[in-house]
Amino acid sequence: MSDTSGQSALDTFPRLLMHHARVRPGRPAMREKEYGIWQTYTWAEVAESVRAIACGLAQLGFRRGDRLAIIGDNRPRLYCSVAACQCLGGIPVMLYQDAVAQEMAYVLQDAEIRFAVVEDQEQVDKMLEIHPEVPFLEHVIYDDPRGLRQYTESMLMALDALQDMGRAHDESQRGFLDAEIGKGASDDVSVMLYTSGTTGKPKGVCQTHGAFISAARGAVEFDHLTEKEDILSYLPMAWVGDHLFSFAQAIVAGFTINCPESGETVMTDLREIGPTYYFAPPRVFEGLLTQVMIRMEDAGAFKRKLFHHFMEVARRCGADLLDGKPVSFGDRVQYALGNLLIYGPLKNVLGMSRIRVAYTAGAAIGPDLFRFYRSIGINLKQLYGQTETCAYVCLQPDGQIKLDSVGKPAPYVEVKLADNGEILVKGPMLLKAYYKRPDATAESINADGYFMTGDAGFFDEDGHLKIIDRAKDVGKLTDGSMFAPNYIENKLKFFQHIKEAVAFGNARDMVTAFINIDLEAVGNWAERRGMPYSGYTDLAQLPAVYELIRDCVEKVNAELAADPMMSASQIRRFLVLHKELDADDGELTRTRKVRRNFISERYAVLIDALYEGRKEQYIETPVKYEDGREGKIAATLRIEEVKTFAPRGERQAA
Amino acid sequence: MERKFGEVILDLQNISLRFGGVKALTDISFNVREHEIRAIIGPNGAGKSSMLNVINGVYHPQEGQILFRGQQRQKMEPHMAATQGIARTFQNIALFKGMSVLDNIMTGRNLMMNSNILQMALYWGAAQREEIAHREKVEEIIDFLEIQSVRKTPVGQLPYGLQKRVELGRALAAEPTMLLLDEPMAGMNVEEKQDMCRFILDVNDQFGTTIVLIEHDMGVVMDISDRVVVLDYGKKIGDGVPEEVRNNEDVISAYLGTSH
Repeated sequence: MSDTSGQSALDTFPRLLMHHARVRPGRPAMREKEYGIWQTYTWAEVAESVRAIACGLAQLGFRRGDRLAIIGDNRPRLYCSVAACQCLGGIPVMLYQDAVAQEMAYVLQDAEIRFAVVEDQEQVDKMLEIHPEVPFLEHVIYDDPRGLRQYTESMLMALDALQDMGRAHDESQRGFLDAEIGKGASDDVSVMLYTSGTTGKPKGVCQTHGAFISAARGAVEFDHLTEKEDILSYLPMAWVGDHLFSFAQAIVAGFTINCPESGETVMTDLREIGPTYYFAPPRVFEGLLTQVMIRMEDAGAFKRKLFHHFMEVARRCGADLLDGKPVSFGDRVQYALGNLLIYGPLKNVLGMSRIRVAYTAGAAIGPDLFRFYRSIGINLKQLYGQTETCAYVCLQPDGQIKLDSVGKPAPYVEVKLADNGEILVKGPMLLKAYYKRPDATAESINADGYFMTGDAGFFDEDGHLKIIDRAKDVGKLTDGSMFAPNYIENKLKFFQHIKEAVAFGNARDMVTAFINIDLEAVGNWAERRGMPYSGYTDLAQLPAVYELIRDCVEKVNAELAADPMMSASQIRRFLVLHKELDADDGELTRTRKVRRNFISERYAVLIDALYEGRKEQYIETPVKYEDGREGKIAATLRIEEVKTFAPRGERQAA
Repeated sequence: MERKFGEVILDLQNISLRFGGVKALTDISFNVREHEIRAIIGPNGAGKSSMLNVINGVYHPQEGQILFRGQQRQKMEPHMAATQGIARTFQNIALFKGMSVLDNIMTGRNLMMNSNILQMALYWGAAQREEIAHREKVEEIIDFLEIQSVRKTPVGQLPYGLQKRVELGRALAAEPTMLLLDEPMAGMNVEEKQDMCRFILDVNDQFGTTIVLIEHDMGVVMDISDRVVVLDYGKKIGDGVPEEVRNNEDVISAYLGTSH
């Protein structure tokens, strides 16, 4: 594919990287907090590090087309390994670092991995554990040598040692790596990203340099990103979102990525860096807001009053100011005062003072949540995309933000709707193929070259795309009305007390739901009322908590009743689950999406109880603890009825 | 995995300790070799903590002698033990609750600070350079113990397991050659115990620190120690590698009781 901007020489990531090392050698490319201090690596240093890793890998026998597994937290040298692999014409395959060994074995087998670069002892142990099942694995290279001194396995090697080896090789044969970089082509596969496997086994999505570069370039133009942006890289490297924002866009625009010290310090690191460009899934924004609200509730009466007054002002005019719409003089003055007293300090606490553009994606974001961030002056926008499209299909343009849409088709992207409402996409960012799965590739790309997203949606009058649900999840109740479980679940999850929800109703006569309470929010709520509880299971079954949740469910029913399409989907009965749905137990995917089929099998007893009209149900559930041991949680769950509302939308619809 | 030990670093010979008429320790002899993890176990009141306090110089035995690095030890004070490279943690956490994790660990480096109080107050010249050097060392320990996220949190706000970790951090800050741990895992849940075991093994492996520890959890003791001393009513009833101790008749009866 030829390049639209005429820079045909810069059509692969390694060439772009070497270009930055030439034109802006001294600008920061990466920062990492280590020993309490931010360390900066310039583009020249990063390029040197990449060269050393690449030459080292080549000396170990890494060949063009080989796959390199990369497993660990966001560390600069792991990002360097991605680029190093691409220099050699190899394909990096990032794995979710918190996956258990057995889950990794599948990907390593599927991708026939010979080489792996991993972060630390934890990941090395996993590699050694599954080595018998993945015979191709020859070399495991580790970044952090801590605790590995006593390991004698010959397949292990320190990344430092590999780089030393590579530097010597690079000096003696200076032309080797440049020649390898020269062999790369725009339509070579640049990365393989595994889909999370909401359905069936994970599939490797092969994306080319051209695809990711055009997705990145489109976004860079769209939001006018420059080399001066700072971004915090804290989301799993295996996720398409991180690869687009922290790797592809950073290398295309030449901006700086910042790696946090550890998973637990992200909040502090965010404050210290103050990124100008930020990307987070809705649950992160939600978590931040919950924390703010909990702390506000514990604050003194005067502060609370001040906060609520100015939040009301912000709700009234904040978003309009951000969009450049006309706002009365009085409100402008009030907002400016609020900015001084509340919004400014609040943004500072959240680490969002410098943000120019923030995106959220991956799941629906609650309208209240979205409005909150926009009203305090953070330019939070939504985007829509999937692994197969480099997470790049629709973007919300500045000044044209609608809460319930995902924006307009992005530059270079063509979007159309199939007859059944399914969203079809075409453009340079489409996947090349699913790895070793021509059947799946053929199934997902139709004869006209459109990728079938599997999402159902429609365009509104301004050409903004609105997503309803997964096309295949959309079912029917026995009376023939539409049932869109995700749509209902998202409405439930927008309440801060509800962490997760699963709705049932396809081919049934009514809609019912499982609810997962949010331990932090509900726990705090219970504490303030002086209610004693001994743990999650106990808290979940308190009658007062049931009342709290029933209140939320009723509000959702009222909203559903207002929509003619959805009024039949009002929730009749619900129960609060005794344990949190967890990816370790296989109930959620690693990206925290509900695994519907698995849950309906595992909790079949509960579903039956919901539909048979029982008042309570005993259940025992096996659980896996983080250290791999297994145990059991048993509880008797109460089942409650909820008020429903007469469909209000009918008159307008008729 | 072959473990290598050095010379005997600490040799306790025929130690007896009495408090008035109470015999806390009677005629106890054992030694500790360089780089090993040496456990002291025994039922409640067996004299384990007294033993540790003897090593540390808090108690002075009436009989017997102590050889540390081949030299017979004279009457000494606990701070002298610290200058000789012996650091310890306590059964009941003894941290400064109101101070941050960072400052608490910094106190472990107290003995190594040389600048005078005036310079320190002004944070000027040598004092500044010294503080930076110490801070670097403390940051390494914070990284090592994986407590970056609570670096600036007051210790009193931390959960118990983390406080224990901070206390270990403070002991490590003194860069000891011998570390005495008094029940490092008491009151912890399984996960916290596993973490603590890993840190103890890592300290031993990475810094080559000799470790003497008292512990009640038999699983932990048998897993991580190289040699075990068993005390009962102030007397030594067993000494050897974990397997030997596990099969020792006296030890079994001390723990499980026998019909007399």
